Amino acid sequence: MMDGGKGFEDAKTGEQQIRNFNINFGPQHPAAHGVLRMVLELDGEIVERCDPHIGLLHRGTEKLMESRTYLQNLPYFDRLDYVGTMNQEHAWCLVIEKLCGVEVPRRASLIRVLYSEIGRILNHLLNVTTQAMDVGALTPPLWGFEEREKLMIFYERASGARLHAAYFRPGGVHQDLPPALLDDIETWCHAFPAVLDDIDGLLTENRIFKQRNVDIGIINEEDILNWGYSGVMVRGSGLAWDLRRSQPYECYDEFDFDIAVGKNGDCYDRYLVRMAEMRESVKIMLQAIEKLRAPEGQGDVLTRGKLTPPKRADMKTSMEALIHHFKLYTEGFHVPEGEVYCAVEAPKGEFGVYLVSDGTNKPYRAKLRAPGYLHLQSMDYVAGGHQLADVAAIIGTMDIVFGEVDR
Amino acid sequence: MSEALEALNELGAVIEAKRADQVVGWSVAFGELTVTIRPDALPGFIEFLKTDRACRFSTLVDITAVDWPSRDERFDVVYHFLSMYQNHRIRVKCAVGEGDMVPSITPVHQAANWFEREIFDMFGIIFKGHPDLRRLLTDYGFRGYPLRKDFPTTGYTEVRYDEVEKRVVYEPVSLVQEYRQFDFMSPWEGADYILPGDEKADEAKG
Repeated sequence: MMDGGKGFEDAKTGEQQIRNFNINFGPQHPAAHGVLRMVLELDGEIVERCDPHIGLLHRGTEKLMESRTYLQNLPYFDRLDYVGTMNQEHAWCLVIEKLCGVEVPRRASLIRVLYSEIGRILNHLLNVTTQAMDVGALTPPLWGFEEREKLMIFYERASGARLHAAYFRPGGVHQDLPPALLDDIETWCHAFPAVLDDIDGLLTENRIFKQRNVDIGIINEEDILNWGYSGVMVRGSGLAWDLRRSQPYECYDEFDFDIAVGKNGDCYDRYLVRMAEMRESVKIMLQAIEKLRAPEGQGDVLTRGKLTPPKRADMKTSMEALIHHFKLYTEGFHVPEGEVYCAVEAPKGEFGVYLVSDGTNKPYRAKLRAPGYLHLQSMDYVAGGHQLADVAAIIGTMDIVFGEVDR
Repeated sequence: MSEALEALNELGAVIEAKRADQVVGWSVAFGELTVTIRPDALPGFIEFLKTDRACRFSTLVDITAVDWPSRDERFDVVYHFLSMYQNHRIRVKCAVGEGDMVPSITPVHQAANWFEREIFDMFGIIFKGHPDLRRLLTDYGFRGYPLRKDFPTTGYTEVRYDEVEKRVVYEPVSLVQEYRQFDFMSPWEGADYILPGDEKADEAKG
């Protein structure tokens, strides 16, 4: 039944027989943030029903992971949510470390926190500014991307890659940071709040931006539980739920930061939460740099053991180190039998990995739990009753990236 | 840390005591509580987890399945829940055979909708009472269940745009070189290689 008629057909003239209109939103729509195809049923300009068709970017990551070693699987995590890449690697490292019972050295732990927060800012900058673009602003993305560029250079200076870093490794991080890089990150941290103020000035009190975002896509506590939301989708509605605080991993419990919370649970509050979170991230980064410079923050960045390669210098003189290196990069390390679930507070929400290991060098089954998957699932519920133009704003505020939704 | 473990042990015991007929077993490993239940207990047990004062597992985190082809009941359906109020997590597992129907938990947790669709898509497990059990991630008209262990990683069909027919065509997979699946197991750790020439030793004996 697509003809919007609810009885009374006999009383209508031909002209009055109006039927609902079905349109395809995407998969090539710029506001779809990737390859989302959404079948929308419209009653005039009001969305009656919306059916997202996902899977256009499905690459079978979980299947591929089953035939690769644990270390070879790490770069796949960069390709999930390709906006804040290191946060996903973090989850993978955490599950392996949990199963193997490996302690990460303090310096590596601090570097991980530092780069996770860089990832969070990278993500929020992209999200806030492109969401603004979806509702009609052009300047924010230009300003935001300039800062993203600088942050990606920090990625590059640490790992050699701007996006797909493969920098976090089971047992630590791949390379130590040079002191000059820490200095540059610190300089950036002091300059960045001014840029945030500029973006703030462009958007926060902007009339058009507010008209498009205030009271759009309101989410309350019940919806959060029903749809399994996490991250900003929860905090925007007033629940102070942040895994960094409630179930601390790495060394987040040492850091002093606030959790930004919204009030009304609409798109506008989620925008405000993201802006505030970026400021908190800068705070955490400055603390991390401070701790990295302290004497306790010095030392190795990898737990030297079976999970990690030996030092280059050792390989020149020690036969065992050479064999270890060869075996590590061909056979890979073995992970004890068992099953674990580890989650991190990725910029988009709770990113989790469920790993089933059978004791060999490859995961028996790895399930990636992406936050965007659950957010997009509720599209029909959140967008229903809104206008067609609001769909773009809602997709933007849900912070959906198809790398992680489709896997 | 041990305090948290104790709390999990306590919770496991409480759940088993309250639902003795549905729980097959429970354990705490790596600081995580796993409860194994009978599949027919499904929607009721999840409802209990959601509403019970001690549990309050109100957020569905994840549903997935694991394929164990050598087992009689081939699949494990694995649920993860989180309680934002009590700040704890739980994993619920149930074993199902190929062709068994698993009761859907969509009436209790709406978020289960896509997860169950994905499992149907990837493993071919059918969820009874699911409102819209279509394939989700794979191509329109896809056949087979990719995450089963007996499904080859390369798949069976490949697509390309045909310049002559001016459309996308599906063809059986043809690999230019054999799919490389290396076995790095060391011969000292139980790898079972048949080296060329080894059979002569048996012949000489027999």
